[in-house]
Amino acid sequence: MTMSGRAEKFHIECTGFLNAKGEPMSKLPAFAEDRETLVEMYTAMVRTRTFDTKAIALQRTGRLGTYGSSLGQEAIGVGVASAMTGDDVFLPSFREHGAQLWRGVSLQELFLYWGGDERGNNFAESRQDFPICVPVASQFPHAAGVALAISQKKEPGVAVAVAGDGATSKGDFYEAMNVIGAWNLPAVFVINNNQWAISLRRTDQTAAKTLAQKAFAAGIAGEQVDGNDVIAVRDVMQRVLAKARDGGGATLVECLTYRLGDHTTADDASRYREEDEVRGHWKEEPVARLRNYLVATHGWSKQEEEDLLHALTKEVDLAADAYLESEPEPPNAIVDSLFENQPNDIAALSEELRNG
Amino acid sequence: MAELTMVEAIRSALAYALEEDPDVIIFGEDVGIDGGVFRATDGLTQRFGSGRVRDTPLSETVIAGMAVGAAAHGLKPIAEIQFMGFLYSALDHLANHASRLRNRTRGRLTCPMVLRAPYGGGIKALEHHSESMEAMLAHIPGLRVVIPSSPAKAYGLLLAAIRDPDPVVFLEPKRLYRSVREEVAENGEALPLDKAFTLQSGDDVTIVTWGAMVADVTEASEDLSGEGISAEVIDLATLKYFDRETVRASVEKTGRCVIVHEAPLTAGMGAEIAADLAEQNLTSLLAPIRRVAGFDTVVPYPRLEAHYMPGKARILDAVRNVMEFS
Repeated sequence: MTMSGRAEKFHIECTGFLNAKGEPMSKLPAFAEDRETLVEMYTAMVRTRTFDTKAIALQRTGRLGTYGSSLGQEAIGVGVASAMTGDDVFLPSFREHGAQLWRGVSLQELFLYWGGDERGNNFAESRQDFPICVPVASQFPHAAGVALAISQKKEPGVAVAVAGDGATSKGDFYEAMNVIGAWNLPAVFVINNNQWAISLRRTDQTAAKTLAQKAFAAGIAGEQVDGNDVIAVRDVMQRVLAKARDGGGATLVECLTYRLGDHTTADDASRYREEDEVRGHWKEEPVARLRNYLVATHGWSKQEEEDLLHALTKEVDLAADAYLESEPEPPNAIVDSLFENQPNDIAALSEELRNG
Repeated sequence: MAELTMVEAIRSALAYALEEDPDVIIFGEDVGIDGGVFRATDGLTQRFGSGRVRDTPLSETVIAGMAVGAAAHGLKPIAEIQFMGFLYSALDHLANHASRLRNRTRGRLTCPMVLRAPYGGGIKALEHHSESMEAMLAHIPGLRVVIPSSPAKAYGLLLAAIRDPDPVVFLEPKRLYRSVREEVAENGEALPLDKAFTLQSGDDVTIVTWGAMVADVTEASEDLSGEGISAEVIDLATLKYFDRETVRASVEKTGRCVIVHEAPLTAGMGAEIAADLAEQNLTSLLAPIRRVAGFDTVVPYPRLEAHYMPGKARILDAVRNVMEFS
């Protein structure tokens, strides 16, 4: 008779290719040799930041609701999504605009959502993807369920859920990791460790030295990646997605980054953190890092940069205008999508709302 | 036609659903080889395989949350929470996700899941094993709450819940699991959701109830009939969204209403039914509406449990009281 549970040793890898200045520290993965691929990823990060700037401006002028910025964390969304396929299912937290945009959610849909319109969740593309999950960490059990459905139906996809560092303190996170491990489900859990859960520092969130190590207790793989290095995020994600897809098991990926903005537009981070700390992290931010690399290695020119900014500003402005000009749904929309088979109460309410 | 207990009828409906729809999957704690602690899934994992009738790790959060994700991605999960007292940690997924997914995506993603849980007292169970918190669930918009009162109802309503394209919480009165047998056709025919069942027609008083209390009310109505009081007995069956029309029409006819539930009085479903009648049926009421309910206390341990359960005596008192009102 044997008892399970012999002692084991665990080790946490941390992957990174570009240093803070955008200089390669080791040989880059194959996809990063291709200028076009890198420009596509760079464009996606800049689009995310342009959207972010516009969203905050609209919120500050009363034309958008409370908004969660992804400033400084664009490499995570773009790195994660650029490694995923159309078969995969994305279950995001509210800070992964970059991934949503990459997967075909439109700028106008994002504006609609943040502007308080449910139609923003009715994506025209990637229709299997989940809407943003506001109750922190509850997307992880959902991802386990999606992965279960994928495995049951023998589909080729992987369920990919992202949440922040605060989410790793929640039961949903542990419990979902435990089941994807126990059932060997095709899932990848990603942590955007931006060092802050609203006002709580990462070091006050948990005594665990890394968040990635929490995977080991659940019996899945865990590793870290420089979350400000989009090449590294994509590389790690490609590897762990392929592993999950091939039945090799789930992985927890901790992306190390920094929240350069407030938690949301309703937050004022100056109440709990020093500006000096933030300034220091601006030196490591992901967009400039990839730009520096592109300039140094692929001759990314000033003109190209200007043209890109101009085009993206126009694209984002057009989407914002379309959102601002859109009519709200009729009042009966507040009940009409609750059920396929409407109970009498709801049908009556719909009628009442329709007739004002 | 076989005479089945409620737990057998539930098992039969589950087997039928697994047979008819390859997307149906059952999971929960000990639902596999052990067949569930009440044996509702006995033999199903052997018959349909451990992929479709599957033991989960011990996590109610994951059971409910995984059901949401699986349902949204094309499966029809029937998830079991072992006792309603352990359902609280699943509430986040019911209230924040299952009930909202269709609405917040404007129909793009849906959540055709069933969450089954044994509920209610009267079997001398351990603490946390006897709760009746259906009103808490009924307060959640977007969620159907269904409670069967007999083996045939359990069979037909469970099939309806499974086939429904939206989330349903199916609460099984465990006091009835083995206490009665009834003929069940086992022909795959569902009963309608959102419909109350008039179990007995009467002229003098309407008694609205559901779940295990139907048995006590039926017994009481026989006594009442001996006293010359003709009671109309309505089994609500779907608590959310409940069949207001049937209740209103009955009270229109009888002019009196007694609502009976095992759950605590305050903010129980009885309050909603009484308020609806006060709003809609005031002119037809001949007496105040009375509620017979569990007390606003914690369900006692077995030695004192009988003092809590609203049995026949309290039902008779309430009915006599409304009959004597003038």
